[in-house]
Parts: sequence; C-alpha cells; structure tokens
Amino acid sequence: MLLEAVLLTVITASTPLLLAASGELVAERAGVLNLGVEGMMIVGAACGFAGAFLSGSILLGALCGILGGAALAAVFALLTLGLAANQVASGLALTILGVGVSGLIGAGFVGQKIAGAPHLYIPFVTDIPFMGRVIFGQDGFVYVSITLIAGIWWFLYRTRAGLVLRAVGDNHASAHALGYPVLRIRALAVLFGGACAGLGGAYLPLAYTPFWVSGMTAGRGWIALALVVFASWLPGRLALGAYLFGAVTILQLHAQGAGLGVPSQLMTALPYLATIVVLVAISWARGRAGSPAPASLGLAFVPDR
Amino acid sequence: MRLVLERRNEQSVAVAVLSPLLAVVLTLVTGAVLFAVLGKPPLEALRIYFLDPLTEPWALQEMAVKATPLVFIAVGLSLCYLANAWNIGAEGQFLIGAVAGGGIAVATHGTGAGPWVLPAMLLVGAAAGALYALIPAFCKVRFGASEILVSLMLVYVAELVLDYLVRGPWRDPKGYNFPTTAPFDPVAVMPTFSEASRLHFGSVLALLVVIGAAVVLRSTLKGFEIRLVGAAPKAARFAGFDDKALVLVTFAISGALAGFAGVVEVSATVGHLQPGISPGYGFTAIIVAFLGRLNPVGILIAALFLALTFIGGEGAQISLKVPLDVTKVFQGILLFYVLACDTLILYRFRVMPAHPKAAHAA
Repeated sequence: MLLEAVLLTVITASTPLLLAASGELVAERAGVLNLGVEGMMIVGAACGFAGAFLSGSILLGALCGILGGAALAAVFALLTLGLAANQVASGLALTILGVGVSGLIGAGFVGQKIAGAPHLYIPFVTDIPFMGRVIFGQDGFVYVSITLIAGIWWFLYRTRAGLVLRAVGDNHASAHALGYPVLRIRALAVLFGGACAGLGGAYLPLAYTPFWVSGMTAGRGWIALALVVFASWLPGRLALGAYLFGAVTILQLHAQGAGLGVPSQLMTALPYLATIVVLVAISWARGRAGSPAPASLGLAFVPDR
Repeated sequence: MRLVLERRNEQSVAVAVLSPLLAVVLTLVTGAVLFAVLGKPPLEALRIYFLDPLTEPWALQEMAVKATPLVFIAVGLSLCYLANAWNIGAEGQFLIGAVAGGGIAVATHGTGAGPWVLPAMLLVGAAAGALYALIPAFCKVRFGASEILVSLMLVYVAELVLDYLVRGPWRDPKGYNFPTTAPFDPVAVMPTFSEASRLHFGSVLALLVVIGAAVVLRSTLKGFEIRLVGAAPKAARFAGFDDKALVLVTFAISGALAGFAGVVEVSATVGHLQPGISPGYGFTAIIVAFLGRLNPVGILIAALFLALTFIGGEGAQISLKVPLDVTKVFQGILLFYVLACDTLILYRFRVMPAHPKAAHAA
C-alpha cells in the first residue's frame, strides 16, 4: 500500500526533527536561545554511531548520542550562563565546533554499516491492515519522541517546576527576585535541550540510514530551530509542525523518484524553501498580535548580589 | 567561596586588546591537549600547524590568498553585527556571487570577448551577493521573520543552485562528465603579481576595503549610526535613525562584500565553477569578525591568523595524518574562547564568601 508506506516514511523523517525541536523548545522556554542545535545533533549522530558500532547495541548508541549532545550543551551553558557571553555567537561557535568534532569522531567509521534499530512487532496487532504498522510497527525512537513531547507538555503546563521554568524565560529579573535560581534552571534546560538534540542526531545513523556519513544532519538542526518559532513555543503545535516538515521531506523524495522532470536539486531545496516561507508567513500573521516568544529569550542574565 | 561576575564601571583598553590574544593562547593550549589525545606529539603538531607555514615564502603568499575572502566577508559581517543585525548566511552570498560573476565567464567562454569581462564579473558578483542578502533582510523588516534562520537556510539553497548549474546547463562538455564548468578564459581571470605567484590583486582590494570600512566607521554619520543602533537602540530611535533601513543597508553591504569575495575567489584561485569552491569561508569569517573585535584592522589580523589554520591544517593532514576536521575544531574552540574572553571586557570576577546571607546575620 502506497499510502501506508508514505506515512511510515513521513514518521521516520519527522522523528529526528521532533526530538531536537522538543529539547530546544524547553531551552527557549527557559529563556536561552541555543543556535547550536545543528552542532549538537551532528555530534549526537557521530557519538551514536560510534557507540552502536563498538558495542553492537542500539540502546548504548542512543545513550552515547544523548551524552554527546549534552556535553556540547554543557560548554554552551558554561559560556552563555556562566560567562554571560552572547548567545547568538556562542550558538554559532557550537555548530562550527560540533561539525569539526563529529568529523574527528566519525573519521574511523566512514563506510561502516550497522543493523538499524528494530521495529516493534506485536503479533496480529501490527498486522492490522493499513494503520497496524503505522501505529504499532515503528522503531523505539518514534515512541520515545511522542512520549517526550507529551511529557514536556505535561511538565510545562501541569507542574510547579514547569511554571517556574516558564517564569524564568518570561522575566528572569522577577524570577530571581522571587528567589528562584535562574541560572541553575536555565543550565538544566540547556542540558536537556542538548540531550534531546543528541538523541535526534543519533536517530539518523541508528535508524534512518544505518551508516555514518559526515554532515549527515544536513541542516536538520536549523529546521528544528525554525520549527520552535513555527510552533509559537507550544508543544502540541511543535509535533504538528515536525510531521508537516517530515511530509515535505518525503514528498520531495517521492517526487524525485517519480521523475517529474524537475531538477533534483530543486526538490532537495524544498524543505529549506518551505522553512523560509513558513517563517515569513507565521511572522507576518502574528505581526499585529505581537510575538509569543518568551520575553527574556536570548538575553544574558547576571544576578546582582 | 564562589566567583561572581560584576559589571565594570569603565572599560579597560588594555583588556580589550589583550582578550583576543588570551583567546589565541588558550586555543593553542587546548590544541596541544587535543593533539595529545589524538596520540600526536603536541608541541611538534603545534609547530607544524602554526609555525611551519610562516617560514616558507609560498606559504606566506598562500596565507594572504586565503585571508583575502575572509577579510572581505568579515568586514561586511562586522557592520551587520555592530548594528545588531545577524547575517549568518555569508557562505550562501559568497556562492551566489561566485555563480553570478562566474556565469559571465561561462557565457563569454571562447567568444573572444574583450577586457570588460573581469570588471563585469566583479560588479555582477557583488550585486548578486547584495540581492541575495536582501532576501533575509527584507523578510526581517517587512514580516519580522528571523534573519538568522532565513539567511542560514539560503546557504543550503545557494549550494544546490551551484550544484545544479555545474551538473546541468553549465557543465563543460569536454570535462569528462565531472561537475565543473569550462576553465575561465584569460580575460575572466584575476591577474596575479607574477607568473609563478598565486598572490593576486584581490588581496590589494581587500586592503582597500579594510581602510574604507575603518574610515566609514570612524568618521561618517553612517558609521556613527551603525555603532549607535547596535550599542543603544532606544537612543538611536530617539535620535531619528531608522533601524529598519539600517538592517537593509548593512545586509546589502555585507552581501555585496561576500558576493565580491566569491567572484574574486573563483576568478583568481579556482579558475572555474564547481561544487565545494569554498572551504567554509562564510562561516569562518564569522569567527574572524569576532576575533577582530568587529574592528576593520583587527579583522585583517584575525583573517591572517585563521588563514594560517587552513594552511596548517592541510600541512598537518599530510605530515601528521590528522583529519581536516581538526581545523574546524580549532576554529570553533577559538570562537568560544574569544566570546569567553570578551566577558572580561564587560565584567570582572570577584570572589565572594560562600554564604552571602551569613554576612547579614553577623
């Protein structure tokens, strides 16, 4: 069935975006703009592949990816929170560093292959025609990503800690005056964002295409950043946006396969062009209502004594 | 005891000059550790990376050649960053400049066109870069879309445009199916200082751009406006400066300089169009701009230093068998240290007692 096959691939293409964007959403809700998602993702991908290749375990590979992403995020936190450095420039530095580090880690693994992450199989249930495989036949990452974004929604809107985190992002001076440890909360949010980006990156060599290619994230980290803006910093819309973007990616692959006579490069450019169009449309539509971005987003905070 | 940051009352000139130097020293120390981890003799590796290129005449020339595009791009970016406009898509503007200017060389190939070709290429390259940079700037001022994300997305689009042209309509029929255009005719090639040298007149133009930018920033109203809008946006608005127009102007200038760098690069050192004409100059130039403290003369020095990392990286790849990615790691670490050291200019560290509340109780 073509539609079933398309839906399956849309979900796999969306999962790395959803994972990385979920983490960035939490970091931005705490008021930290980390533009280094691409760098954390690619390091997560390299660490993930190295871990899985050396240990033979997808789970350990995913763990390595998470740790790799979080380690890079820790450097970012030290710089922007500990030293109050410019967040935009630090995020760019993180991406440049991440691309280099991933090349170093991945140098020994070029051309190697692993067995990709196994897919869930429940007898009879997964065999239900049409939706069986879409709902009950995915790899573990897909279920983790959905649980993660649902958990983030619950955390942000249904827990006290989530309320505090949002307060820190909306007005760090007030949150500080109330006695909340602004920098510590932000550091945790940034580390969480790095871990998610690392996992999203690790998904690529562990499940999407089970081998390592340098630069294999191909701008997905930047698209994840755009998704957070698209989603107006709301978890539900983030999931919607991630699946829409996954669909665009798959659409262009199928269009290339069908041979429509359109240059393949134009098709490959579609996700990037779609990102621009969406950013412009969403910012324009919002124009009068004002931005829903966390009010302290991107601003350095140095506590007075 | 704990360390806290405390804002300086006045900025120290000595710290402002020393902080980039401190960043370079810290990068070298980190580099030594990195090489040790990779199992290479650290001091010898650093020598191959940062000293050997300085002892050979060809390598010194090559440094100037590689610094040239970095200077063009970074000077433009520094104007943007001073005005708080974040153009991070210079790599795309560089490629589009190379494509548009190189297109003239492709179109006039073998037609015996006169010496107008090179000037036309340079002009068209700069104009194309400026127009390409105006896309994110326009999206920013008209619709409020993030210029950071739009300019970055356009880098990927520019790479694909170049890829399409050299694999499709512009491919050299005699090129054995390689994705490349025909070699440029002599009228489309930037002259070099001598037959044997790769040092070309683009480097002279880069020096002129440095001087021009220094004069504009220091002694013109526009330069004052750029610095004021970045440093005190509210004051600038009260003074009647139009910050939206300034975003357009600074993006256009930086795009033009990046596009110019692109066409100079293909005309002077590559000699045809092909994928991968830039080893990431557009991104490295961001580091150059910050290491040079957004100051034209500082950028000149910083560009030479980063050019050194490119050449040292190539040397180390051959003699030490380390991957070229080490260069990117160096560059990323360097930018981190630059940003960290910049904190020292605005703040100073102060050692505080562990429990501030205990002081009240006493």
